[in-house]
Amino acid sequence: MTIVFAFLIGGLICFIAQLLLDGLKLQNVHITVLFVFLGSLLECFNLYDRLIEISGAGALLPICSFGHSMTESAVNYALNGNYFDIFKGVFASTSSGISFAIFISFICSLIFKPKG
Amino acid sequence: MESEVFQKVLEKNKNRRPILKNSLKAFLFGGIVCLLGEVIRMILMKVFKVDSRVANTIMLFVFIFLSSIFTGLGIYDKLGQVAGAGAFIPITGFANSLTSSAIESKTEGIIQGTLTNMFKLAGAIIAIGAISSIFIGSIIYMVRCFYA
Amino acid sequence: MRRVGENSIEYNNVYLLESSTISGPREKNAQLGKFIDKSYNELSCSEKTWEKAEIKLQNEAFLLALEKANLKSEDIGLILSGDLNNQIIASSYMARKFNIPHIGLYGACSTAVLSIIVGANYIESNIFNNVACLTSSHYATSERQFRFPTEYGGQKPSSTTTTVTGSGCSLLSTKKSNIKVTRATIGKVVDPNYKDVQDLGRAMAPAAAMTLRQHFEDFNVDASEYDLILTGDLSECGSIVFKDILKEWGIEFYNYNDCGLMIYDRKVQEVFSGGSGCGCCSLILNGYIKEMLSTKKLNKVLIIATGALMNPLLAQQKESIPGIAHAIVLESVME
Repeated sequence: MTIVFAFLIGGLICFIAQLLLDGLKLQNVHITVLFVFLGSLLECFNLYDRLIEISGAGALLPICSFGHSMTESAVNYALNGNYFDIFKGVFASTSSGISFAIFISFICSLIFKPKG
Repeated sequence: MESEVFQKVLEKNKNRRPILKNSLKAFLFGGIVCLLGEVIRMILMKVFKVDSRVANTIMLFVFIFLSSIFTGLGIYDKLGQVAGAGAFIPITGFANSLTSSAIESKTEGIIQGTLTNMFKLAGAIIAIGAISSIFIGSIIYMVRCFYA
Repeated sequence: MRRVGENSIEYNNVYLLESSTISGPREKNAQLGKFIDKSYNELSCSEKTWEKAEIKLQNEAFLLALEKANLKSEDIGLILSGDLNNQIIASSYMARKFNIPHIGLYGACSTAVLSIIVGANYIESNIFNNVACLTSSHYATSERQFRFPTEYGGQKPSSTTTTVTGSGCSLLSTKKSNIKVTRATIGKVVDPNYKDVQDLGRAMAPAAAMTLRQHFEDFNVDASEYDLILTGDLSECGSIVFKDILKEWGIEFYNYNDCGLMIYDRKVQEVFSGGSGCGCCSLILNGYIKEMLSTKKLNKVLIIATGALMNPLLAQQKESIPGIAHAIVLESVME
């Protein structure tokens, strides 16, 4: 069942992004920044966690999950330690994705040539 | 008087983007990416019996890896032309923006080119992620401390 | 040489001695590819970087024009060249190899005609006997300069234009040839307060319309004077706006075409609205138009090269995009 919801929720997020992009004539970066912020905002009341429960990868893959997991780990670090651990927690859960992406991009930039 | 004519004609000939068609394409592509992600996650959890957190990480890695390779091969920009938001909203878009900037700048050398310019497009995502999570995280923290 | 009307010039003694064109693969495979002298099968032109490839294109266009005209580089009094890069690098780096005076020009995509106007003044006033007017553009260098990395998966709207990879050289001379440069109209910078950086064709159309109207007023002629009226790189979106603006002013004509529409096979090639860039007008002018004029298939052609004076930084500062357009008339003087 989560497979169907993954398709629907994931698709819907992209659908809304495209509507905003074309309707308001924005650039891609405006949309990604907005969606990361929205994901971060949906951490309130654990709304995004519920979305992940329902749709699995449908909520994990879109860029909003980036904002969400950053905020989630920031809050968790702060709650388990003191307030200043929030700055430690920001990158705690997304660091693996970011560093992997940096590593692979670097390798790719060594292998591939720009095609034009 | 000329500028009024220009405004009038430009307004009349405004570029109409096929919003609905583009959005449906974005829906399909984004949906399929997420569906594949969910399949990978299920296989990892059910067949290989891995923990759901580890499964999520592996799934993200698979997509980041594929996206970077597709970018390098020059396939991802063609996908992106069709899929629009379906290509840049999933995590694959993040990997694509990193890899494409890195590949483009490689002619200026590794240090001044690749490493310096890698985050030219993706930097905004990380910056807003950090800023908004500190900002919203602080509010959530204070609210939870208050009620706890 | 005399000034006509408000901002036009009439020439008596300027000839297009010879011209050359060099392109990338996409331009060669399109319908007018057979008029291109030489082309490369890959965008990199066997160079390590895109910028070096563009320098090579311009360099080879110059050498090829010299070869075709049977001249040595000492015979050239002045090189006028321009391109789209920051600090017009392709032009200056090309010129460092030759011991010839050089003036770099920037008029965005209108440089092809701008360089001919500037060159014609030197020829007409007998300061130099031969002047080389060069322009180039390269798909990958301008994508880098103005847009995103080429591998980035962003969606381009249908109004986007595709930068032409290529370089053209026109040799102007006092020596008589089949083609004469007779008239020129220098355009004004026109800002229609249009801000869409992915729709440069429409942003440039008002400038082109202003220049055309000015040209008609200055010489007191109408469209029937010319066999063909050619705009630089308005592409599909821009040329519709161009015609509509002129219709509002009561100017209508049918002998019209646009280089951006001619250069690519738009049914087959994925080029969106059409071609753009300095090379677009240059390849058509120095290839197809020159061939048509020297075989008398066309007699009198008005070419209005258009340029969008767009800067990515100022566009991000919410500034609008000014446009400019310069016009020249080429005439066949073959008996």
